[in-house]
Amino acid sequence: MREPVGHYVPHTDAEIDAMLAALGLSTVDELFAAVPQALRLAGGLDLPPGLSEPDVLARLEELAARNQVSGRDLVCFAGAGAYDHEVPAVTRSLAGRAEFVTAYTPYQAEVAQGVLQALFEFQTMVARLAGVGVANASLYDGASATVEAVNLATSSSGRPSVWISQGVHPHWRQVVTTFAAGEGRDVVEIPLEDGLTAWPDARNGVGAVVAAYPNYLGCLEDLARARRVADDAGAPLVVAFDPVAAGLLRSPGSWGADVVVGEGQAFGTTLNFGGPYLGLFACTEEHVRRLPGRLVGQTVDTEGRTSYVTTLRTREQDIRRERASSNVCTNQTLMAVTAAIQLGWLGTSGLNEVALRCARGARYCRQALLAIEGVEPLVSAPVLREFAIRAPVEGEVLVERLAEEGFLAGVPLGPGLEASGCDGGLLVAVTERRTRDEIDAFAAAFEKAVR
Amino acid sequence: MGGDTKGFAADAAGGRASSAPLMGRESEPTLFELSQPGRRAWSLRTTGVPEWTPEELVPRAHLRAEPVEVAEVSERDLVAHFTRLSHRQYAVDVGAYPLGSCTMKYNPKLCDAVAGLPGLTGAHPAAPASLVPGWLELLVALEEALCEVTGMAAATLQPAAGAAGELTGLMLMRAWHEAGDGSRRRRVIIPDSAHGTNPASVALGGYEVTTVASDARGCVDVTALEAVLDETVAGIMLTNPNTLGLFEEDIASIAAAVHEVGGLLYYDGANLNAILGVARPGDMGFDIVHMNLHKTFATPHGGGEPGAGPVAVSERLAPFLPGPRPVRQPGRGGDGDGGERFGWEMPTRSIGRVHSWHGNAVVLARAYAYILANGGDGLRRVADAAVLNANWLRQRLRGSYDIPYDRPNMHELVVSAANLKRRSGVKALDVAKRLLEEGFHSPTVYFPLTVEEALMIEPTETESPQTLEALAHALEVIAAEALGDDPGPAKEAPRTTPVSRVDEARAARQLVPTWDARP
Repeated sequence: MREPVGHYVPHTDAEIDAMLAALGLSTVDELFAAVPQALRLAGGLDLPPGLSEPDVLARLEELAARNQVSGRDLVCFAGAGAYDHEVPAVTRSLAGRAEFVTAYTPYQAEVAQGVLQALFEFQTMVARLAGVGVANASLYDGASATVEAVNLATSSSGRPSVWISQGVHPHWRQVVTTFAAGEGRDVVEIPLEDGLTAWPDARNGVGAVVAAYPNYLGCLEDLARARRVADDAGAPLVVAFDPVAAGLLRSPGSWGADVVVGEGQAFGTTLNFGGPYLGLFACTEEHVRRLPGRLVGQTVDTEGRTSYVTTLRTREQDIRRERASSNVCTNQTLMAVTAAIQLGWLGTSGLNEVALRCARGARYCRQALLAIEGVEPLVSAPVLREFAIRAPVEGEVLVERLAEEGFLAGVPLGPGLEASGCDGGLLVAVTERRTRDEIDAFAAAFEKAVR
Repeated sequence: MGGDTKGFAADAAGGRASSAPLMGRESEPTLFELSQPGRRAWSLRTTGVPEWTPEELVPRAHLRAEPVEVAEVSERDLVAHFTRLSHRQYAVDVGAYPLGSCTMKYNPKLCDAVAGLPGLTGAHPAAPASLVPGWLELLVALEEALCEVTGMAAATLQPAAGAAGELTGLMLMRAWHEAGDGSRRRRVIIPDSAHGTNPASVALGGYEVTTVASDARGCVDVTALEAVLDETVAGIMLTNPNTLGLFEEDIASIAAAVHEVGGLLYYDGANLNAILGVARPGDMGFDIVHMNLHKTFATPHGGGEPGAGPVAVSERLAPFLPGPRPVRQPGRGGDGDGGERFGWEMPTRSIGRVHSWHGNAVVLARAYAYILANGGDGLRRVADAAVLNANWLRQRLRGSYDIPYDRPNMHELVVSAANLKRRSGVKALDVAKRLLEEGFHSPTVYFPLTVEEALMIEPTETESPQTLEALAHALEVIAAEALGDDPGPAKEAPRTTPVSRVDEARAARQLVPTWDARP
C-alpha cells in the first residue's frame, strides 16, 4: 500500500468528495477560484514527494550524526551566553508535557490556568533573581531583551542616545545596533580596560546606560560606578545579568539597576545550536507600564477563586497598534515554563550550589590553564564562572586543535571587542557539570595544543 | 511507638502536597506555598573539584548576603505540581483549537523526536562551522525549501517569531530605500484589517502608518490605495489571503501600483497555509515575505511559543539580509552529502544580526522534518484540506450566524454575532466562553476590527469532518439557546472549566505580577 500524501490530513477521499458536493463543487481546484489563473503555480512545488516518518527521522539522524556535540563527542568549555548545564530527566519530562507544548498563548484564561500560573511563578523567580519588582513572561533571547530594555530606557528618558558597554555580549550589541536604525537611535559602545568598562564622564543627552554583570569576559563590573554614570546622565541603568551567577552575586537591583535583562537558557534548556533560548526581562515597578511583551497577573474568577490572566494588555500591539512601544506578541513561553520547572528542581539551595560549583570549576580550570607556559590571563579583573586567556596560539586555532582531542575549548575572542584589546584570546566557561578529571584532561590537551 | 502523627501543616499547601485532586478542577497552590524549608530535588555530578568557599571565590563587595529564595520542594511534589497545572490547560493535543489567524494545526510527534536528537540539541552555537556541518546543511536545505514555497530568492532564518520577522522585514525595506532614494520615504501602507503587530512593527521600523480601507468585498480598495500612493511611500504590508480569509484578487495590480512609485511589497505570512503549492507570494509581486513556522509548518506553539519567523526576499534584496547566513560552499569537496561544504557568510550590505545566534534552530529543524514528511504534494494537500474545511464550515454556519463576506473563502472564515447580540444580548465573547464548555477552544474574537462582534474561525486541515460537524453543532446550539428562552448560559459561561470568567479589570487595577506583590 502506498504512503498517503499528506500524513496529517485525516480526510478520506470519500469525505473530501462529500464535502465538495455539499459546496456544489466537483474538484478541490475549484476551491481556489479566487486565485487568478495567472498566479496559479503550474506543476506544483518543486520539492520532493513526501517521505514516510521513519525515512524523515533517518534523514535527520544522519544530519545530526555529522555534528560534533557536547556530551556525545566533546567536553564543553564554551559559554558566551550558551552553557552546558545539567538538564535533569524531571525537567525534560515535565516541560515535554503536551499540554504545555501544544497550547497557544493564553487568550482564554479559563482554559489556560496551567500555563498562566507557571508563568506567574516564573515571573516571581526572575524578579527575585534580578532584585527588582516585576518580570515579564519572557522575550525571545538575551539580545531581544536588551533591545527592548534600550527601547524602554530611551522612551522613559526621552533621549535616543545609548551608552552600551563592550562588556555586553557582542551579538546582543549587534542586534541593538540593527534595530537602532529604525527609530534613529545613536548607539555608542564604551570599550573595556583590563576587563572593566572604562565609562567616560557622563554627558547630558545620554538616554540609556547599559552594562553587563558579569560581563562578556566573565569579569565582575563595578555596578556602583555604572549607577553613578547613569545618575549623572539622568538615564535609566540597564544591566544584562547572568541568572546563574546571580545565585552567588548581589542582584543587579541591589546595585540600583532600573531594568535587568538576561539569557535564561541556563535554566533547563539544552544548547540547541543557539535557539530556542529564553529572554529574561525585569524592571522596577516604576516602569511597569512600559514593560514589553506579556505580563501575567493574579486575580479572581466570578466565584472568587484565585486565577491568573495576562494583564496590562493595553500596552500591547494588538490594542495600541502603531502607538505600542513594542511589537512583541508571542514570546518563548515553553522555555519560561521550562525555567520555572528547572528553578523549582534546583530550589533555593540548588541555585546557590550551581553558581558555587561553576565558580569552583572555573577557578580550578583557570589555575590549570595559567600553569601552562605561555598562557596568560587576558585581563586582571575578578571573574566568577567564565574567564578570558591569551595563549601563544590564537583562540580559533586552539578550538580546532582541541576539538580533535574531544574538547570544545571555548569561544574565540575578537569580533566586537577590537577596541577592548581581546584579539586572539579565548573565552573559557566551566559549569557544574565539569569534573576534576575532565578539567585535568583538558589542561593536558591544552598544553599540547599551544606548543 | 505511639508518637504524635499530627503537626505536619497540610493546610499550608491548600490541604495537600502530592494528593490527587479532581483532574484540573481544583485550584493549585503555587510552588512557593508547597515549599518546605530544607527540602530539595536537585542532584548534581560529583566533580572532585576543590571546594573553595564563596568568600574565597567572590570579592566581598559582590557576594550576595542571602541565597535567592526560589522554592524548596521534593522532586515528587515538583512533578505533581506541574502535572496538575497541565491538567488545567487546554492544548491542541486535547482537542480542536479553531483560533482564526493562529493556524492551530496538529503538531506531529515525529517532529518532537527530531527536536530531541542529541546530535542537534547538543551543538554549541559558537562551535566553528567544521564541527556542525549537519546543522549547516539542514539550515541551508530548509532555507531553499522555504524559498521554493514562497517563490523568493533567499532567506534569513534568524527571526525568532512572526513579529521579529516583521521588524526584520521593515529594516530590510529601510536599508533598501536608504541605499536608493530613501530620504523622502516615510510611510508604510497597511489595510484596516491588518494584524496589530503590523502597525507596531512599522512604528518601530521608523515609519508612519497610512491605513487604507477595505472595499465592500472585504479586500483592499484599489482606488483608495492609489489615492495614497506617492513617492513618500516605502511600502505596503499585506497578508494574502487577508484576515477575513479572502484572497486579494487584485494583488497583481496592487503590486504594479506600489512598484510604480518605488515602494516594496511586504507579505505577512500568517495565512500562508491557505496557498501552499497553489500560489506563491513571489509570483504575486511581493519583495519581502515572513513566514510563521509555528503556524504553517506545524511547530508547536508552546503556550505562547518559541516560534520562528524566517524572512525571504527577492533577488535584489538578498544583499541586505541579516547575517551571518548558512551557505553552501560548492566545489571544495568535504563533509556534505554531495561533497559540498557549508559555512557562514555575511551578506555584502547586511542590516546586521537580529538574533543572539542563528535563530530558533531546533524549531527550524522541526519545520524541516515537517516539510520532508509532507513533500511538495503533501503541502498542497494541506492547503486543499484547510480551505475545504473552512468553506464547509461557512456553508454550515450560514443559518445560525451572520457571515458578512459570504463568498468562497480560503483557510478561515469570519462570522459575526452582531445580530445575535441585538436579539439576545449574547456577544461574541459570550459565544466564545460558552464554546469552551462544549469542549472546544474558542475562535479568535473581536478581530479583524472591521467586523462587528467578529468570530474568526480557522479549523485547519488536521481536523476531521466529524470534528467540524461537532464544532458546527456546538455553535448552532449556542445560537439557538441564546435566541430561546434563556440567554443566561452563554453570559454565565464557562462554568465547567477550571475557573469561571476571570476578573481582568481587577488584575490590571490591583496589579499582582509576582507572588511577592500580593497585598
